Amino acid sequence: MENTIAAISTPNGVGGMGVIRISGENALEVAERVFQSVSDKRITEMKGYTASFGKIIDDGEIIDEAVALVFRAPMSYTGEDVVELSCHGGMYITRRVLRAVLSHGADPAGAGEFTKRAFLNGKLGLTEAESVMDIISASGSQSARAALSTMEGRLRKRIDSVRDELLTLAAHLAAWADYPEDEIPEIDEDELREGLEKCRKELSALLSTYDAGKIMREGVDTVIAGRPNVGKSTLMNLLAGCERSIVTDIPGTTRDIIEETVMLGNVPLRLSDTAGLRSTDDIVESIGVQRAKDRLQSAGLVFAVFDASTPLDNEDIELIEMLRSAPAVAVINKSDLEAKIDDDYIKSRMSHVVCISAKNDSDTAALERAVAEIAGTSELDPSQGILANERQYNDALKALSSVEEALSALAMGITFDAVTIVIEDAINCLLELTGERVTEAVVDKVFSSFCVGK
Amino acid sequence: MKFLAEEFDIAVIGAGHAGIEAGLAAARLGCKTGVFTINMDAVGNCPCNPSIGGTAKGHLVREIDALGGEMGKAADDCFLQSRMLNKGKGPAVHSLRAQIDRRAYSARMKHTLELQKNLELRQAEITELEKDSDGMWVLTTRLEAQYRSKAVILATGTYLGGKIYVGEVSYESGPDGMFPAKYLPDSLEKMGMSIRRFKTGTPARVLRSSIDFSELEEQSGDDPIVPFSYDTTDPGENKVKCYVSWTNENTKKVILDNISRSPMYSGKIEGIGPRYCPSIEDKIVRFSDKPRHQLFIEPCGLDTEEMYIQGMSSSLPEDVQLDFYHTIKGLEHCTVMRPAYAIEYYCADPVQMNRTLEFREFPGLYGAGQFNGSSGYEEAAAQGLVAGVNAALKIQGKEPMILDRASSYIGTLVDDLVTKGCNDPYRMMTSRSEYRLILRQDNADVRLTPTGRRIGLIGDDRWDRFQGKLERINNELERVRTTVISPSEEINSILRERNTSEIKTGVRLADLIKRPELNYEVLTTVDKTRNETDRNVLEQVEIEIKYEGYIKRQLIIIDQVRRLESKLLPDDIDYSTIDGLRLEAREKLNKVRPESIGQASRISGVSPADISVLIIYLSAMKNR
Repeated sequence: MENTIAAISTPNGVGGMGVIRISGENALEVAERVFQSVSDKRITEMKGYTASFGKIIDDGEIIDEAVALVFRAPMSYTGEDVVELSCHGGMYITRRVLRAVLSHGADPAGAGEFTKRAFLNGKLGLTEAESVMDIISASGSQSARAALSTMEGRLRKRIDSVRDELLTLAAHLAAWADYPEDEIPEIDEDELREGLEKCRKELSALLSTYDAGKIMREGVDTVIAGRPNVGKSTLMNLLAGCERSIVTDIPGTTRDIIEETVMLGNVPLRLSDTAGLRSTDDIVESIGVQRAKDRLQSAGLVFAVFDASTPLDNEDIELIEMLRSAPAVAVINKSDLEAKIDDDYIKSRMSHVVCISAKNDSDTAALERAVAEIAGTSELDPSQGILANERQYNDALKALSSVEEALSALAMGITFDAVTIVIEDAINCLLELTGERVTEAVVDKVFSSFCVGK
Repeated sequence: MKFLAEEFDIAVIGAGHAGIEAGLAAARLGCKTGVFTINMDAVGNCPCNPSIGGTAKGHLVREIDALGGEMGKAADDCFLQSRMLNKGKGPAVHSLRAQIDRRAYSARMKHTLELQKNLELRQAEITELEKDSDGMWVLTTRLEAQYRSKAVILATGTYLGGKIYVGEVSYESGPDGMFPAKYLPDSLEKMGMSIRRFKTGTPARVLRSSIDFSELEEQSGDDPIVPFSYDTTDPGENKVKCYVSWTNENTKKVILDNISRSPMYSGKIEGIGPRYCPSIEDKIVRFSDKPRHQLFIEPCGLDTEEMYIQGMSSSLPEDVQLDFYHTIKGLEHCTVMRPAYAIEYYCADPVQMNRTLEFREFPGLYGAGQFNGSSGYEEAAAQGLVAGVNAALKIQGKEPMILDRASSYIGTLVDDLVTKGCNDPYRMMTSRSEYRLILRQDNADVRLTPTGRRIGLIGDDRWDRFQGKLERINNELERVRTTVISPSEEINSILRERNTSEIKTGVRLADLIKRPELNYEVLTTVDKTRNETDRNVLEQVEIEIKYEGYIKRQLIIIDQVRRLESKLLPDDIDYSTIDGLRLEAREKLNKVRPESIGQASRISGVSPADISVLIIYLSAMKNR
C-alpha cells in the first residue's frame, strides 16, 4: 500500500468551510490522532459514509471544530481509506489543521496525487486519467517555473548554504572513511558539531518564517466586526482607499463574503464585513448572528471596531470577550470626537489597541504595525528568503529533524558511520527541493575537495 | 584456414578477475564453458596493486564469497598481510584488505580453472565475434580456430585495443608486457557496438634490496586476522610488512619541471582516467598547495624482490621517473625494475546493458569488469559473477539473478553502471551506497547466502552452517532482549568505570549493550546466562542492537524505494511519444531503458514530475 497523504482540498481563500482530505492505508488512524468526537466515537471504528462532529486537537490545544467524514476503501474518491475533515475555513485555521494532520503521520499530497491514486485504484477511466496526466505534466512545468522563481532568490541561497555545509561535512566523512590511507584530515568532533549546529539554527530560522511568509503571499482572512454604526464601513473604505492602486483580486474569492483584498503594509488582507453583532429573538437573524460569531472564531484576523464617542455597551463587551484569545486588533474609531469610551478596559483585555479617525483619513501606520505584529511579519524580511509552500516546509522540517538526530548521535558518542547516514538523510530532504541526489553530490564533492587515490 | 574447434554454452573472453568468476560460475551451474586468455600465464594477474579488498572493495569480496564466488577463498589462500581498515569508524565502513602474493594468486586461480568441471581454459586471442544464422555466437581466434557459443561474456580488461604510454613513448600493448587484443575492437564496432577509450595507470616496481628501510615507518597486519571467505576456518598469519614514505618539495619540483613531457598533459592520451586514482603528477598539479603526499611500499610476493610503490603511478618518461622516485626517503638509490606506465584501452558504455549485464541490443552478449567502464579487481570479479550467473540462468531458462541496491554493494555497482553509466573508470566506495549501515562487510553472508543457494552456487555444507549461524544469532538476540540485569555493585562499578550512568532498577541487557560506552566484552562478568562464544555471532548481535535505530531508519527508506523498484517498465516503451515527459527525460529514458520506475528515478535528468507521468502512463498501458 501507498503512504498516507493529506492536503487541503478546497480552493484557497474560499470562506465558509475548509476541507482537509486524508487518503491512504493509515488515513483513519491519522485522523483519529487529531480528531476528538463529541460523542467519543473513534474514527477507526466508524463505518464508511458516516460522519462525526468534534474537535481538532493538536498538542492539547483545540484548533477548531470540525466534521469528520469517513470513507472506507474502496468506496472513496481515491479508492483508499479516506477521511475528510471539514472545518470552519479561513486559511489560517485550515492550514493549521493540515499541519496537525501532517505531523501525525500523513505526508503532503503532491500535485494531482489524489486523482492519480483514484486512477491507479481503478476509480477513474482512461480518458479521465489522460487528462490527469495533462494536469500533472502541466502543473509540473508550472510548478517548476514557480519553484524556480522562488528558488532563484534568497530562499534558494539559504537552502543551498545549509545543503553545502552538510555536503561538506558528509564529503569529509565519506573521504575519511573511503580513503583511510590518504591524508584526509581527521574528523574534528567539535567542528562537526559546530557545522551541524549552524545548520540547525539556519533551518529553524527558515521554518519560523513559514507562517508569516505564507500570510504575506496568500493574505489573511480579516473580519471587521462591531456594533452597527461604529464605523466599520468607513474603516473598510479607508483601508481600501489608501492602497487602491495595488488592490488585488485573488481568484476564487467569493465576492459576497470577501469584499476587498487590500495591502496593509506588506500584508494582504482579505476584508469582509459581518452582520452587526446583537442579541435578537428573531430565529433567522440569530442564525446570521451565530454565523458571524463563528466567522469571528475562524478568521485569521479581526478588526473589532469601537466608537470612542460612546461608552462601551454590552454588545461591545461581549465582542471583547469573544476575541480574548483570537488574533484581533481593537480599533477605537472617531478619535477626533470627545472620548467617552473606557479604553483602559479594552486595553486590559485586548493586546492590540489602535486609535484612529477613519472619517478624517488618519494615518494607518499604527494599524499596520499592530497587524504586522500579529501576523509575525514585522520581524520578517522576505528578501532573506522564506519557505513557499507546505511541501518545502515539510522537507525543511524533515531536514531539521535529521540534523537534530545527527547532533544527538554525536552527543551520545555513536560512531560516525551512523552520524553520516543521518546527515545524508538531511541532505536528501534539501536536495528533494532541487532535484539532485545525495550520493552523486557527495562523490563529486569528495573529488573536488580532497586529494585521494592510490 | 578457419575450422570449427568446439561448441560451448558460454564463452568468456578474458581470464582476469572478471573472466575467472564468470567462467567458474557458469561452469559450476552446469554450463559447458570456455575461457579464453591471450596468455596462459596471465590468468588472474594483478597488473596493479598486489592486494585484494580495501574500502568497499572488501565488501565486494565478501559478497562474492557469500554468493559462491572464488575471489575471497583465493585471497585467503595467498595473502601476505591482512588488515581491517577503518576500525573505530563504525561497522558500516570497516573494510578488509589483504596484501597478496600476486604470482601465487595467479597460479591458484589458473589451477582452479583447470580443475573445474565443465570448464576449458584456452590460450587464444579472439579476433572476431559475430552471430551466425542460427543465432549462435561465433568466436574466431588469431589462429583461425572457431568456437560457437550460446552466450559470450566480454571480460577484456585493459587488453582491448591496449596502448601503453611512458612519456613520449607509446606502443600497442596489453598490461605487463602482454599482447593486446588488437583486432577485436574492430569486430565489435562492425557489430554496431559503440566503444570508447579509458585509461588507467600503475606505479613502478622497485628492487627490495635497493630500498633503505631504516627510516621508514613500518605497517604490520592485524592480530587476529579476519578472513575474506565464510568457508575459511584457519585464517593463517601475517608474513610481511609494508612501509610508508612521503613525497617532498624535490619530488614536486622534478615533476613540475617535466610536466610537459607527460602524455596526459601534452594531450597524447585521449582516454579518460580515473578521478579516484590519480597519477602522482595529477595529484601534484591538482593539489599544488599540499607539501607532500603519502606513499606505501608493498611486497609483491614471497619469492620475488619486487616492491610496489602505491600512490606513485605515473606516465612521465622513464628518466623523469627515476629522478622523482630518487627524491623520496628510502628510495634515494632504488633500482626501478618495472617503470610506471599509463595504459589506454577500449570499453563499452554500460548503459547499453541491463541489470544482468547483458547487452539489450545483443542478446546473449554480456560485459564485465573494465570492459564495462569499471576499475579494480574486486569490481571486475563482482561483475564477472553477475554476468556468468545470469548467462547460465538464461540458457537454462531460469529467472535471472537481479541484485538491487538495497541488497548489496554488487547490486549498487551494477545499478550505478547500467543506470548512470560512468564518465571515468568507476571505483566502488562506501559512500556510493545509501544503505551502508545495512550493507556491511560483516553481514554479507546473512544478506546474500540465500541468493547464492537459490542460484545453486552454495553447497549443502555451507548452507547448513549458515542456517546454524542464523539460528544462533536469533537466539542470542532474543536472549539479550529479554534478559534483565538487576542493579548490583558489580554492574554499577563497571558502569562507573566506563563513565555511564548507574542502574537503579532492572535493565534489559540489550539496553546496556546499546550504550555507546559499553559492549559485549565489558559486560561478560555480569551476563550470567551467556552461552554463545562465536565472535561472528556476537558481532552480528552487538551491531544489530547498537545500531537498531539507524538500521530501522534505513529499512524504512529501503521499503519505500523497493515499492518503486517493483513497478516494472516494459522494454518496448517509446519514451519520445510520451507527451508529459520533458525532452531531456525522454532522451535519457530512451538511452538507459530502465527496468523499473525506481531505476528511472535514479537517472540524472529525470525529475520527480517525470516519474509521476511514467507511473500514470504505466497504469494506463495496463488498463488498455
